[in-house]
Amino acid sequence: MADNHNQGDAIKEVGHDHAHDHGHDHDHHHDQSFISKYIFSEDHKVIAKQFLFTGIFWAVIGGLMSLVFRLQLGFPEMSMEFLRPILGGWITEAGKLEPEFYLALVTMHGTIMVFFVLTAGLSGTFSNFLIPLQIGARDMASGFMNMLSYWFFFGSSVIMFASIFLETGPASGSWVIYPPLSALPQAMSGSGAGMTMWLISMALFIISVLLGGINYITTVINLRVKGMSFTRLPLTIWAFFITAIIGLLSFPVLFSAALLLIFDRSLGTSFFLSEIYIAGEALHHQGGSPVLFQHLFWFLGHPEVYIVLIPALGITSEVIATNARKPIFGYKAMIGSILGIAVLSFIVWAHHMFVTGMNPFLGSVFMFLTLIIAVPSAVKSFNYITTLWRGNIIFTPAMMFSIGLVSMFISGGVTGIILGNNAMDIQLHDTYYVVAHFHLVMGSASFFGMMAGVYHWFPKMFGRMMDEKLGYIHFWFTFVGAYLVFFPMHYIGIAGFPRRYYAFTNFDFTKSFTDLNAFISVAAIITVFSQFVFVFNFIYSIFRGRKASENPWGSTTLEWTTPINPGHGNWPGEIPQVYRWPYDYSKPNSEKDGFGDFIPQHIPLSQTPHSNLPHEKEMLERGGNNEDEIKINEQ
Amino acid sequence: MANLILGLAIVLIFVILLMLFRIQRLVSVAKGEHKEKVDGFNNLNANLMWIFPLIGVIAAIWYSGEAAKNFLPEASSIHGQQTDSLFWFSTAVILLMFVITNAALFYFAFRYRYKKENKASFFPENHKLEIAWTITPAIILTILVFYGNKVWWDIMGEVPKDAEVVEIVGQQFAWKTRYPGKDKKMGNYDYRLIDATNDLGIDFGHKDANDDFVSGKLVLPVNRPILFKIRAKDVLHSVFAPHFRLKMDAVPGMPTQFHFTPTKTTAQMRSELGNPKFNYEIACTEICGKGHYSMRLLVEVVEEAEYKKWYASQSPFLKDNPEYKGRDLKWLRKKKNFASKKQEEKTAHAKID
Ligand code: HEM
Ligand SMILES: [Cu+2]
Ligand SMILES: [Cu+2]
Repeated sequence: MADNHNQGDAIKEVGHDHAHDHGHDHDHHHDQSFISKYIFSEDHKVIAKQFLFTGIFWAVIGGLMSLVFRLQLGFPEMSMEFLRPILGGWITEAGKLEPEFYLALVTMHGTIMVFFVLTAGLSGTFSNFLIPLQIGARDMASGFMNMLSYWFFFGSSVIMFASIFLETGPASGSWVIYPPLSALPQAMSGSGAGMTMWLISMALFIISVLLGGINYITTVINLRVKGMSFTRLPLTIWAFFITAIIGLLSFPVLFSAALLLIFDRSLGTSFFLSEIYIAGEALHHQGGSPVLFQHLFWFLGHPEVYIVLIPALGITSEVIATNARKPIFGYKAMIGSILGIAVLSFIVWAHHMFVTGMNPFLGSVFMFLTLIIAVPSAVKSFNYITTLWRGNIIFTPAMMFSIGLVSMFISGGVTGIILGNNAMDIQLHDTYYVVAHFHLVMGSASFFGMMAGVYHWFPKMFGRMMDEKLGYIHFWFTFVGAYLVFFPMHYIGIAGFPRRYYAFTNFDFTKSFTDLNAFISVAAIITVFSQFVFVFNFIYSIFRGRKASENPWGSTTLEWTTPINPGHGNWPGEIPQVYRWPYDYSKPNSEKDGFGDFIPQHIPLSQTPHSNLPHEKEMLERGGNNEDEIKINEQ
Repeated sequence: MANLILGLAIVLIFVILLMLFRIQRLVSVAKGEHKEKVDGFNNLNANLMWIFPLIGVIAAIWYSGEAAKNFLPEASSIHGQQTDSLFWFSTAVILLMFVITNAALFYFAFRYRYKKENKASFFPENHKLEIAWTITPAIILTILVFYGNKVWWDIMGEVPKDAEVVEIVGQQFAWKTRYPGKDKKMGNYDYRLIDATNDLGIDFGHKDANDDFVSGKLVLPVNRPILFKIRAKDVLHSVFAPHFRLKMDAVPGMPTQFHFTPTKTTAQMRSELGNPKFNYEIACTEICGKGHYSMRLLVEVVEEAEYKKWYASQSPFLKDNPEYKGRDLKWLRKKKNFASKKQEEKTAHAKID
């Protein structure tokens, strides 16, 4: 259990003991240079913001890229001449997008969205920001490693961004970079320098994830404030904790796959290559297996889906409970289902490989395992819905995005039941049905979670409020837009349209749905541009937003007990102890104890005699607020 | 068209900017303290929570009818019909789940919107409910799993002995096909034997290969089991025959296969669909480079008699290229040695000169 000793250590590690200089926590930066305060900062809050800004930058890039290829898909006849100033040689003489560049865009879009926006931008931001604040710690276990984590991500970003401007183009073999395509520069131009840079960038990225993850796990285990037992952790923390563990176990596998691929590319080894005749030449490689790469990739790739999703679900749990003014329904079931999903996520990877020629018996096994994972996911959805039931719901933008998340999670989740069923996946694999499925369940749901988090914790990050009305507009455009873009893709998928196609003009069976494709593209343009409402609101509010109050949403968790603009060390005085779980919303009789419709975690049970539940009363009678306290008192 | 899009985008940006401006003013007005917990927007948002989903569902139902006209025709293979039944059955189940859960979500969001006089009920858990909604999806999924697993094994099970064997080879960016010829025995291959003419790398060291023939299109007999032997020369590809509900990756260095039975001839499809231009097609569904979107292979399904006639009329590779007779790896090694000796001699000469 965490106790004050650990806290003391944490303070020393952080090196800025603000515990004793409260009162002037607003002007403490006089002894810190700009660089150590804002750039090479070891303050988890600053690092979180760095992740967030970088994530937003990448989201804009990834979103705009999707527009370029959506234009190509929706309006194949259209002249792309107007993009020549930006894309230069990637526009052909005839004013068309170069087919190989189309693939490069799709690849960069996928990589950016999955790794840079939804792994770093979402999990990096909120794990960093919330873990110390919500468990009552002054900072991460190692502020230095935490800083490194961001700068490795930054380095990775720089390399990936630079690769876009290569003469031969960035990596183009799709975000899953299957060899031999990704291993052989003669197979496509993006497999040359672009692929090398992709691999280097991802290697740095993985280091960043691991540094961050080790820190999150250590911090959650060791630095919880007194009374913050695991069964009193907010669900956000549970989510970040489990996510970090999944990442720690799965990313190294991608690292090894990338390393072996680097060997195949530059040292002439044959891990993934065999019997290849390309560009008029029979290569020497023999005995390798491209399918082995897929196993390694998806051993990360599937857990990765949950790495982006679980933090979003954690954020949603918190936001929905707060704004429904109700305890989250089934707190323990929520933890159980996250754990279940986490364990199962490691044994379902081959559902991406039903038609790779893998043994059909394996296909059967992986179908069974895959469909089991739908059960804890269903439990989570039902619990969210029940949390709304008989609530008193305040529609803040964060709340709306959270409700949107639940809807996207369900809508994208149900088609997972179809795709996880190998007999049907034969037909649907690598069609737009898959694109529809994962954009809803992973893309939209996680993106909505990220937005919910930004709207909800913005006041804690910047001491100001975002504009709510712009938030509503942003939500409705995004919610309606996401459905208009991704729902119709199911139809196109059922009609058999393959994904990663530059054009649908070469086949009779893909001649239809031109109207629908145009419709999707227009919807995508509107949706992407409506995100600038958010960007505007975000930047504007940092400087001009309404001043936040200390606890604007009436939340129970510890971060709202810090000053409006917490300094490094988070609490100027002592860290408040924790006496109860984080969901005491609308507890019966709480008014009699002098509280509104919520009782924060740091309020002792002894102060709330009227609203205590039977087991809490019993605990008090036994002499304390915590099991260990009781033990000590009994001795 | 380009201008239209561009215009549209510009109008949009303009509209958004306008909204921003207006709202910016509102912001400055509202900068004082909020007195009430919520304002009128709470009810507006609550109402939109059911209005938009309802419109969406109505639009989806209407459009589904339209869209269905563009779906693939009924499957033209025995297993494909099973796949389709399974798909539409499962789709019905998930649609039901989708509608019920989303309806509950948005209805509750609307119904329990903030009201000053209300207080949320403290309802942290209920074990019976939780057990119920663990077990219900578990049962539904079990049904789908067993149904799916049965279909899977019907598809992936034993290859019938009398299956007609055809080889499909993927390369950037085309499909090649090979038939075993009169002896019905497919000859071996080795990727090192590939050259401009023998672009499948057929190994002519064994007599099985002697009557093998290659074809620019795929001709198949109706109502006979077919076995596709699938491989790739350069990178991954994937054989996708949408009308037969068939897909299997083509992997360099690892042969794969898929067997199925076509049930309708091309002619039959043409008359059924009222489309004299209808063709079965094979596409590629594994990204393989620049021309991935254009790897088309025509498939013609014909009556047995016609198939026999066509088969007999094809001329074996060796007949057209007699010089390849006997060329196998041994031959290749000899040729290589010879070539390198020549090279050595040349360099030796060069040195002397
Ligand atoms: C309005 C926003 C977006 C639009 C219009 C969009 C559209 C698309 C489309 C049409 C494709 C398929 C292209 C093809 O196969 O040829 C695609 C691929 C992909 N998208 Fe998005 N997308 C959006 C946002 C996102 C988000 C938020 C994510 C985060 C998970 C995401 C992740 C991916 C991935 C992983 C791929 C696959 C890339 C590949 O095949 O290698 N997208 N996107
Ligand atoms: Cu997966
Ligand atoms: Cu391809």
